Amino acid sequence: MAATAGIDNPAVEELRARLEEHGYLADEGIATAIFLAIELERPLLLEGDAGVGKTEVAKTLTRMLDRPLIRLQCYEGIDVSQAVYEWDYARQLLHLRAAEIRSGDQLPQHAEDELYSERFLVRRPLLQAIDQHSDQPPVLLIDELDRADDEFEAFLLEVLSDYTISVPELGTIRADRPPLVVITSNRTRDLHDALKRRCIYHWVPHPGLEQEIAIVQRRAGVGPELARDIARAVERLRTAGLYKPPGVAESIDWARAVARLGREALDEHTAGVTLGQVVKHREDQEQLHRLGMQSILDDTGTD
Amino acid sequence: MDPAPEQHGDPTVPLELLAARFAAVIREEGAAVSVDATITFCRALTRVGLTSDAGVYWAGRATLVTHPDDIPAYDRAFQRFWLRGPAPSQDAPAADPDEQVLSFDDPDLEGTDHETEDRPVTEVRYSPDDILRERDLGACSAEELAEAFRLIDRIELAVPHRRSRRRRSGGRGSGRLDTRRTVRRALRTSGELVDRPTTIRRVRPRRLVLLCDVSGSMEPYSRALLRFLHVVVASRYPAEAFAFSTRLTRLTRALRSPHPDVALDAAAAAIPDLSGGTRLGEILREFNDRWGVPGIARGAVVVVLSDGWDRGDPDELSAQMHRLRRVAHAIIWVNPLKAQPGYRPLARGMAAALPAVDRFVTGHSVAALEDLAELLADNLDRGRP
Ligand SMILES: Nc1ncnc2c1ncn2[C@@H]1O[C@H](COP(=O)(O)OP(=O)(O)OP(=O)(O)O)[C@@H](O)[C@H]1O
Ligand SMILES: [Mg+2]
Repeated sequence: MAATAGIDNPAVEELRARLEEHGYLADEGIATAIFLAIELERPLLLEGDAGVGKTEVAKTLTRMLDRPLIRLQCYEGIDVSQAVYEWDYARQLLHLRAAEIRSGDQLPQHAEDELYSERFLVRRPLLQAIDQHSDQPPVLLIDELDRADDEFEAFLLEVLSDYTISVPELGTIRADRPPLVVITSNRTRDLHDALKRRCIYHWVPHPGLEQEIAIVQRRAGVGPELARDIARAVERLRTAGLYKPPGVAESIDWARAVARLGREALDEHTAGVTLGQVVKHREDQEQLHRLGMQSILDDTGTD
Repeated sequence: MDPAPEQHGDPTVPLELLAARFAAVIREEGAAVSVDATITFCRALTRVGLTSDAGVYWAGRATLVTHPDDIPAYDRAFQRFWLRGPAPSQDAPAADPDEQVLSFDDPDLEGTDHETEDRPVTEVRYSPDDILRERDLGACSAEELAEAFRLIDRIELAVPHRRSRRRRSGGRGSGRLDTRRTVRRALRTSGELVDRPTTIRRVRPRRLVLLCDVSGSMEPYSRALLRFLHVVVASRYPAEAFAFSTRLTRLTRALRSPHPDVALDAAAAAIPDLSGGTRLGEILREFNDRWGVPGIARGAVVVVLSDGWDRGDPDELSAQMHRLRRVAHAIIWVNPLKAQPGYRPLARGMAAALPAVDRFVTGHSVAALEDLAELLADNLDRGRP
């Protein structure tokens, strides 16, 4: 793999090797970014097209560092009650009822005071990640942040600035050691500069050919010839002007599908029947049929 | 601004100073770098060290770049500053009374081999022009706008010195060639579209077609953008320019005068509906029917400059964009609003048009227009966006 042949810095090279041990093939760029995020205790922001392996970085780090993974999947409209904490209203009510019954109609003061205590607090991912006191802080994956709204992003920026969360009824909760934060974005919109400045940034490109062959071999468990055919064909698909150019995830799925048919290389017929694994958008499939399958395969398998 | 090359390996030059100078070179190349980022870069260097060029390159990419569009500027700056690429002949910005002095104050820097006592104060200079370059054109005062226009008029579509510099750096034997290849490979794979190594420089440049929205909602930007249209029409590239609001006006001839003010007056006189409403779909249909599909958009790089606010039918817009997409080589959409924090393409028109767009960029500041010029020049010569 030419791109990773020699990382001069021994610490970065060691990290790359450990990532590989745990199933992630990193080049020097992403290895350096991960290294710096850990060293400087900064969030790691990974941006890139769908399926290039952003989420997988957090998962791999979890395995590699043997730490818990806390995942916050973002979506439009996500708010504090989903991301940070919420009071368990139903249980609070029950608690009041029970206290009422025990003491006749006069509700004792302490029952009310207890309402906003930790036992009624429902911890959502951000609070879980901050409110922990081990020296092995978790990996906090904030996935697809570009889908959340601005206000949420602004809130997140505050949390990531000092790793504290304030719950008005309980006070301020502070992490002993900051979690290792990995943020991903597909760039459906730009994130705020202020947030980006907090982070170590890496734009995750589609892998180079050799890198992709290695990933497909490893992840799909197929032979080198099929992996090469797939990687080449996918590389072509990425420049075919599709709405949704395939990512590594699609390469892997495709290789698996072809292998299941008992093929060790990609021919036109096999490509045709398994195309749905790699090109999922209907209009993209139509466009490919117009172009003809052969245009994607052309010179695959010629060396 | 470039330091003498020996300074990189010279342990007496404080890291902070190196970082600040590198940041300044990146800004010269057209990407924004905050002081925060410069400090983080410095801390990163204390971890990664200065011994490997690739290590320094990636430390900078991780800390100084926050946008994929800025990667080419970063690469050029890296080439100039760390790989001793021939410095372009440019007038060094003179010290200016308006400069801002900022100081690094970071505990991490104390442990380094460089100056441990007496933490140095590093000056980061911004010339007034640089500040103006980054300023949102929609937020400029009349005076600032006049200055900004002057900067826009000076934009060049071709970047000949950069181009030749790049070519030379590849061909020459030097001990650092491997790193250069690494950097170039990085450059190749980190853009949004993967460039094939076998791409051959096009001999004849592609045609450029610009469609500029001059409707009411674009008011703060349209005068500046029209000046940009003039820059393009007056360049050495074959170009066609149009303005639209409720109607489509061909401006190519009006903008042909080499003098910007004369050209702009002629353009303004030619546009009957300046600051009117917008019907993007209908306008595009007219463009496609009359001009685009029959001829001038074929194989061309089409640039639409618009905020995407549209009262018309989004289905029509989507259909016309796809029609255009089939004949054009590439479609670039320039939206000044995209630069706003938290921007999302919610305007109905924008959302309908985006699926057919190859590159979606900002155009809100002089710097953004400079980037656009570079993007265009690059693509026209290389033949892919
Ligand atoms: N460098 C790599 N090494 C090993 N596996 C990889 C690598 N890159 C991607 N993969 C594999 O590709 C698949 C897709 O990766 P992942 O889900 O992380 O992508 P993503 O960028 O998060 O995509 P999305 O934007 O769709 O969420 C996973 O199965 C992952 O294991
Ligand atoms: Mg993901």
